[in-house]
Amino acid sequence: MVNINSISFLAEGKATYTDGGAVAEYTWLIVVLPFLAALLITFFGKFLPLKGAEIALATIGFIFTFSSYLLYLNITEGVASEFFINVGSIGSFDLEFGWVVDGLSIMMYFVVGTVASLVFIYATNYMQGEVRYTFFFTSLTLFAGSMLVLVSSPTLLQLLIGWELVGVCSYLLIGHYWEKKENSSAAMKAFITNKIADVGLMIGIIVLALSTGTMRISEILYQSTHDYQSLKSVAYLAGVLLFIGAMGKSAQFPLHVWLPDAMAGPTPVSALMHAATMVTAGVYLLARMFPFYQGMASQALDVVLLFGVITLFAAGLIAIVQDDLKKVLAYSTVSQLGYMVAAIGSGAYTAALFHLWTHAFFKALLFLGAGSVIHAVHSNSMKEMGGLRKEMPRTYTTFILGTIALAGLPPLAGFFSKDEILASLNHGGYSAYFAIAVAGAFITAFYMTRAVVLTFFGDYRGNGHPHESDSMMTTPLIVLAGFAITAGWVNIPGIYTGFTDWVTTRKNPIVEYHPESFDYFALSSGLLAGLAGIGLAYYVYQVLGKPEDGDEKIKVEPVWNILENKYYLDDFYFKYIINPTKSTLSNIVDRFNTNILDRAVNMFGTAATFLGNIVYEKFDQGGIDKTLNVSSSSTDALGARVKLLQTGKAQQYIMYFLSGVIVISLLILLVL
Amino acid sequence: MSVQPFLIAAAGLFSIGIYGILVRRNVVMVLLSIELILNAVNINFVVFNAMLGDALLQGQIFTIFIITIAAAEVGIGLAIVLMLFRNRKTANIDEFDLLKW
Amino acid sequence: MEALDIISYFLLLGLLLVAVKVVTTSNVIHAAISLVFTLAITAATFLLLSAEFVALVIVLVYIGAVIVLFLFGIMITRAPLGQNAELDNDKNKSLALVVSLSIFGIFSYVMLDTFDSQIIITSGTSTELLGEILLSRFVFPFEVVSFVLLAALIGGITLARQDNALMDENQI
Repeated sequence: MVNINSISFLAEGKATYTDGGAVAEYTWLIVVLPFLAALLITFFGKFLPLKGAEIALATIGFIFTFSSYLLYLNITEGVASEFFINVGSIGSFDLEFGWVVDGLSIMMYFVVGTVASLVFIYATNYMQGEVRYTFFFTSLTLFAGSMLVLVSSPTLLQLLIGWELVGVCSYLLIGHYWEKKENSSAAMKAFITNKIADVGLMIGIIVLALSTGTMRISEILYQSTHDYQSLKSVAYLAGVLLFIGAMGKSAQFPLHVWLPDAMAGPTPVSALMHAATMVTAGVYLLARMFPFYQGMASQALDVVLLFGVITLFAAGLIAIVQDDLKKVLAYSTVSQLGYMVAAIGSGAYTAALFHLWTHAFFKALLFLGAGSVIHAVHSNSMKEMGGLRKEMPRTYTTFILGTIALAGLPPLAGFFSKDEILASLNHGGYSAYFAIAVAGAFITAFYMTRAVVLTFFGDYRGNGHPHESDSMMTTPLIVLAGFAITAGWVNIPGIYTGFTDWVTTRKNPIVEYHPESFDYFALSSGLLAGLAGIGLAYYVYQVLGKPEDGDEKIKVEPVWNILENKYYLDDFYFKYIINPTKSTLSNIVDRFNTNILDRAVNMFGTAATFLGNIVYEKFDQGGIDKTLNVSSSSTDALGARVKLLQTGKAQQYIMYFLSGVIVISLLILLVL
Repeated sequence: MSVQPFLIAAAGLFSIGIYGILVRRNVVMVLLSIELILNAVNINFVVFNAMLGDALLQGQIFTIFIITIAAAEVGIGLAIVLMLFRNRKTANIDEFDLLKW
Repeated sequence: MEALDIISYFLLLGLLLVAVKVVTTSNVIHAAISLVFTLAITAATFLLLSAEFVALVIVLVYIGAVIVLFLFGIMITRAPLGQNAELDNDKNKSLALVVSLSIFGIFSYVMLDTFDSQIIITSGTSTELLGEILLSRFVFPFEVVSFVLLAALIGGITLARQDNALMDENQI
């Protein structure tokens, strides 16, 4: 049964909105179609000319078109509706699935649709000739579907399902080249780290569901904004738990360790999942539950903010010392996710989502560009690159544009979104965090410029013959570069704040501070920091020393070692968590299993065998068989005796006959 | 005259014949005893005929039939005995037990 | 009639005694001759019962043919002539006695219980009447019996025949 939720809330963010009409009713198509497509690719992909990529491209193209139209509807009219399908109930909880069509979800649909379409096109060429091509596209399509399940979920249960599905697809895709042990280990690391964080998420969901009595997000948010006591008592706890879940997916310190290792997967995967979509799921969760945090769990927001700021700073520092181009981008992603989480933590809903929006485009661009470079040089390490701007002009140009966007220079996208975050931090009075965030902007610009210089400037240090990539790979780069330029222009404070309107079109109102105009202090600080970072890096790497020298000139040994070893965090995890679990805990569990459980089971087996033997010997052989044997042998013996009657002598036969006659006649005479 | 002595005599003859069948070893003696039995039956028939005063004389007619059949049976019986004797060189009925188990 | 009664008692007694001799004697020839006497006394009894034709038939057919046949059979089977102690089967004797006495008892009881009438003494049976009845009312059994005799005749000859090639002076 489809129930159109017709409770109408007063939306403070937007005056009016519609329920989206027929288009919103059919939004389930974009959620369900990828799964069907994955099935089709699995069974029929091998026989198609493009080996299954056509089905994936068609599906993602449809999703892109549909989401674009939904975005258009949202821009013009405003759409906020949810649809539920009731499939049963457990106790007092109704099991409902459905889809949400409101501003936040539409934005996510659009981001997923756009970036995924471009990545799919890119991947068709990038993965040409690689092993398991068809399965790659199956997994990619499955991932697209899972992500859409996540961002379209109107209930916490469906969100959890989408969350886990995305984790599974991440595992499949990171471990695509599983023939090498480090790749499968990386996939395992991603999955397990996520799973540890998911414990928090699940407990949080349980707490929320039990205290509110419902799984519907919109109702939980309604209860949050209307001061329901049962929810208020557990709000802080639930808020922190949900954030722990978000920490895993969105790679916040200290659960970020899986993201750099996830670069072992193919570059299109990194571009799609670990830049634009999967890692933003945590931010999406926080954004979706924002009224809850605002209304009841504002102390939890302090925790969120703290971890966000730590993440953005620590990850940025590590990015400076990386030699692997993709790892630089990975740490950069972690750092930018820290920005988004810090924005939510400071109460800036729109700023966080705006940064998510712009970051998706330019980070995907950077990753795809890096993929193009790696494809040409056949190596990930920047030590083997250099001077590529001559051979790969289009890649170089788009990469530069992406770098500038990331560093936050106007008029490119990153400038506007980063500035909004800094402004909200400043407005909230978090001066220390503001300073750290500005320092983070400096570091961002520094390591990105370092990467650009080491890759594209100087002389080529490698052994191959790099050349510009195919148009199928460079065209998405160009399109994404276009987005990187223009994506920031949808939310310019004071001039046009359409984006704010888009994402606040929800059934539950968002209460936040909307700046009237630019915060010039934040703006100038961020701009200066960015320019300083670019300048310093260029100076150090291009002017002061040649790119060939790498980091030699600025290396400070102890600091460098700590950074290179990623704050020894991985070692810490290994020594104190993984190894004890592997050796001690596993041994205990193993011994318990072998000695107690297996013995118990074996005991049953032995007992059954014993019992069976008894039954066999006593009852079957001794009892039944014996009875049969006895009956047959007794019949045999009886027959052996009786046959002696047949002597062949006629006189004896006559004797028997006459005796019978006498007996019968006596019977008749005497009895009857 | 009363009928009963005749009937008892016939019964006695019958049982003597039975005794003879059961006891005699020679095949021909057994056949002899069979003749006694048939004779007893003949007496019975004639006595009943006299008792009933039958106008159709059925008892006597039947007696004639029995005699005829007895003669035929003796002929065949002795022919068989002859063949037995040719094969086994003995007329001892105990020797002819080939149908035993 | 009293005289007839006494005669009949004597005849019947003699009958039984001779019959006992048939089955108990150890001389085969004596047994055969005793049978002759049994049949003769039977014929006399039939005369008493005014069944003359039947009596004559007994004498002619039974004594004349059947006994002769028996004597031939005795000779052919080389039955030991003279006293022969092995003639009776000693094992069966007691049981056979019991059986025969029981049969006698049962039969006589049944007979005495059922029949209590008198014999009608007539002047005798007309043979012409007998023949007439035999060939009119009982013609069918008559013809069947003649077939039986024919079959017995042929059968007897077939059974007793032997292959000429195997014949030698020791065989008959």
